[in-house]
Amino acid sequence: MIQIMQTYGSMLVQALGKTLLLTLLSLSFAMIIGLVFSLMNVGKNRVFNFFGTAYVDGVRGVPLIVLAYFIYFGVPTGIKMMGIQDFRLSALQAGTIALAMNCGAYMAEIIRAGIESIDKGQMEASRSLGLSYVKSMRLVVLPQAFRVMIPSIINQFIITLKDTSILSVIGFPELTNMGKTISGNTFKSLQTWAIVGIMYMIVIVALSKMAKRVERRVNIGRA
Amino acid sequence: MAEHDIIISVKNLKKNFGHLEVLKDMSMDIRKGEVVVLLGPSGSGKSTFLRCLNHLEAATSGTIMVDGQNITDRHTDINKVRENIGMVFQHFNLFPHKTVIQNIMMAPVELKILSKADAQAKALSLLQRVGLSDKADAFPSQLSGGQKQRVAIARALAMNPDIMLFDEPTSALDPEMVGEVLAVMKELAAEGMTMVIVTHEIGFAREVADRVVFMDAGYIVESGAPKDVFNHPKEPRTIDFLNKVL
Repeated sequence: MIQIMQTYGSMLVQALGKTLLLTLLSLSFAMIIGLVFSLMNVGKNRVFNFFGTAYVDGVRGVPLIVLAYFIYFGVPTGIKMMGIQDFRLSALQAGTIALAMNCGAYMAEIIRAGIESIDKGQMEASRSLGLSYVKSMRLVVLPQAFRVMIPSIINQFIITLKDTSILSVIGFPELTNMGKTISGNTFKSLQTWAIVGIMYMIVIVALSKMAKRVERRVNIGRA
Repeated sequence: MAEHDIIISVKNLKKNFGHLEVLKDMSMDIRKGEVVVLLGPSGSGKSTFLRCLNHLEAATSGTIMVDGQNITDRHTDINKVRENIGMVFQHFNLFPHKTVIQNIMMAPVELKILSKADAQAKALSLLQRVGLSDKADAFPSQLSGGQKQRVAIARALAMNPDIMLFDEPTSALDPEMVGEVLAVMKELAAEGMTMVIVTHEIGFAREVADRVVFMDAGYIVESGAPKDVFNHPKEPRTIDFLNKVL
């Protein structure tokens, strides 16, 4: 085990960095996707509702690994068939898109549930003062909804971080992929996967601890 | 009454929720400075009528003119009209994530009606008026029901409205807190605010209202000066209701 760490330590840390980069990128886009589609679903506009529901159902209905294959291999092929020759997606780009789409769908549901958990009277009070729907959402409903959502959002963050391992199948050199390489080179599966597992665990436990602190801080002022 | 004195004019208002007809045919004119109290059994449509006046409920048919603007017309900028109509809710609906003073300052600052400094000064003077100067930096969760409702009134007044709507403002309060809220409302009425109030406080209606309107099953059954309606009700349904509550 120590031998593996000595030989492959820096590569493993680098791979972990790639995992975190992929997580961070997908989460940022997923937040935006989630917010947009959740707002489409909480409003009363039927056209928006249709697209919002279609997105969530569509993406949730497809396994992440299939979505990743589709975006990495399928989409460039499709674009070539349309006559554009030099279109390429790197593994990072395709991985980010697949993860962001996937996580975004779940995030949309989390945010929608958060918004709907806020008493209707809050929106009414804000509207009755003359504020627009958008301003009322931004100033009154969403800040309260986010407090409710924090535990579920953190949970989703952790799931997404772990889901990056699925993207080893499209060859992105993240932590799990590095584990495959090392165990293939050294034939020491037990030690390699133990190390990889512990690395994931350390990051995730650290994140949850940090999240707990954030949660406590935003709850100041609430009874 | 002179035409130009009328600030709210409702004509043939109907409101359905699905197949349920809540307001069947309501017409009412309200003068500037008038205090109108809506009475009636629960389910009679009082609250729905009040909520139609600032378009929290969209009318199914009929017209509602407020301040010369037709709010049932889709092209009317309802946000602009609402700036002029304050509303106080049964359950206060204060913003729990903001302090008392932030609650009061939010709308005038966000709508660029007052600068931050002016809004703060105004909020403090309003808090003084409702007797809560010391609560400016408290959060709503730290206040009693009566205090919350007084803050809610101050929040509505921060927009300098011409009209105030009250939707059962004392129904969610413990009995000993009702008085402090009614006192603030009484003061507002004395200053000439146009007020439309849904309440079960008959004593308050008798003392403060210029007109009481008795509603039942989506219609106006009877309306007039409080002394007439309370002392000499004409309609059997009014008599029946008053017998139960008095």
